[in-house]
Amino acid sequence: MANRWINTLKDSDVTPETTFLNRRQMIAGAAAAGLASIGGSLSAKEALEPNSYEDITQYNNFYEFGTGKTDPAANAHTLVTAPWTVEIDGLVDKPGAYTFEDIMKAMTIEERIYRFRCVEAWSMVIPWNGFELADLLNMAGVQSGAKYVAFETALRPDEMPGVRFPVLDWPYVEGLRLDEAMHPLTIMATGIYGKDIPNQNGAPLRLVVPWKYGFKSIKSIVKITLTDKEPATSWNKANAREYGFYSNVNPEVSHPRWSQASERPVGGGLFAKRIPTLMFNGYEEEVAGLYTGMDLKTNF
Amino acid sequence: MSGFVDRINSGARKVPTWVIYLLLALPIPYLFYLGLTGGLGREPIKALEHEYGELALKLLIVGLAITPLRRYFGVTLIKFRRAIGVMAFFYVLAHFLVWAILDVQTFDRVWDDIIKRLYITVGMAGFLCLIPLVATSNNWSVRKLGPKWRKLHRLTYLAVILGGVHYIWLVKGIQLEPLLYMAVILGLLALRLPKNKQPQARRA
Repeated sequence: MANRWINTLKDSDVTPETTFLNRRQMIAGAAAAGLASIGGSLSAKEALEPNSYEDITQYNNFYEFGTGKTDPAANAHTLVTAPWTVEIDGLVDKPGAYTFEDIMKAMTIEERIYRFRCVEAWSMVIPWNGFELADLLNMAGVQSGAKYVAFETALRPDEMPGVRFPVLDWPYVEGLRLDEAMHPLTIMATGIYGKDIPNQNGAPLRLVVPWKYGFKSIKSIVKITLTDKEPATSWNKANAREYGFYSNVNPEVSHPRWSQASERPVGGGLFAKRIPTLMFNGYEEEVAGLYTGMDLKTNF
Repeated sequence: MSGFVDRINSGARKVPTWVIYLLLALPIPYLFYLGLTGGLGREPIKALEHEYGELALKLLIVGLAITPLRRYFGVTLIKFRRAIGVMAFFYVLAHFLVWAILDVQTFDRVWDDIIKRLYITVGMAGFLCLIPLVATSNNWSVRKLGPKWRKLHRLTYLAVILGGVHYIWLVKGIQLEPLLYMAVILGLLALRLPKNKQPQARRA
């Protein structure tokens, strides 16, 4: 059940591997199998170029390895990613420890070129490789009472120098509503530019929810719990006034300490121009329906 | 100890203050050059902004340390204090300009941030505190203002506290570095509390 969504972002000149050229989908327009929306919003038709591999892998927020942008690239090599198991529990038919290999065998890996918008108001375009989270959840069998999905990052003080200081209440936890988790745009990424995802980007598998601020896309996941209660999320616990459960990209709702109306694309150098931030990070057509009738200013 | 202090003091006497101005000024164009040429990482705007801001805070702290160094250790670096203070102002100015022109980019957004975002308001207030200080950092003003000059220059204490608060406030989560800066700032200011509260320290 993969390939429900087709990329609308175009090829990059900086792509290091020419083998990628024929795999890229260069179709403009948002219509895709399994998606309700037809035709394309302006944002979907817009052709974006992925950032360079270096931008994506040398400018990271992964506080378990330090709070500086280059700390994860410098420190994350210590993270042992094989063997790796993901415990899936809660309201599922088949709870248990799933090995990374077993998951990969069962999943169809595809490429998704997504915008990535950090809550700090910088952005990138990233060619992820991965599979839809829905496929993994279906593998475990979601029970009818499940309403939310909780995620947890590995917590390994010996391998993660950043967790010695309580920047956040470790381990890092995140959560989605079940319909958000099952949405075809929501993926588990296992690669970037066709290579195994580097440790600093959340190896061996991480969530990617492209219409939400980057911190929702939790890295190096060891546990997934299906639940009927809204799960706690790390940044919300740290500062509920600034970080809500939903954290959908929304140019009209400011972070209390800065505006979210515009963003700076990473990779443009010292004179990079800010660009306007798009509602739902440009995926309004695809995901606005999830929030019909909700006040997005209070449910930020 | 005293031999070491004497050597520092006699060494300091031989260094002309223009050397300090020059040494402290050089990182400003050098960091800008690094930003232009990829030396500050994949996103150089915030990096440059933070480099200037952090150096500004460091210089303000060094400025605060001059008096306690003399009082408690006999190290006399007082002749460099003006250079350190004036250069701290220029780092704050560079920090502000990078923020306003390269980062935020439009006047509307700059003004919006200054009035709406409290940590920026606090930073701006600190910057404004430094303007009368840099304007009176010359011999003529010292003579002209007399005892009022000392009083006016106590604004440094406020400016450096505002800078420290600005730093703590702007980071996400609980981070160690801005807290360490604040601890040093408060420690250096505590040394200036009325002398009868610190009798042992004075004799040391």
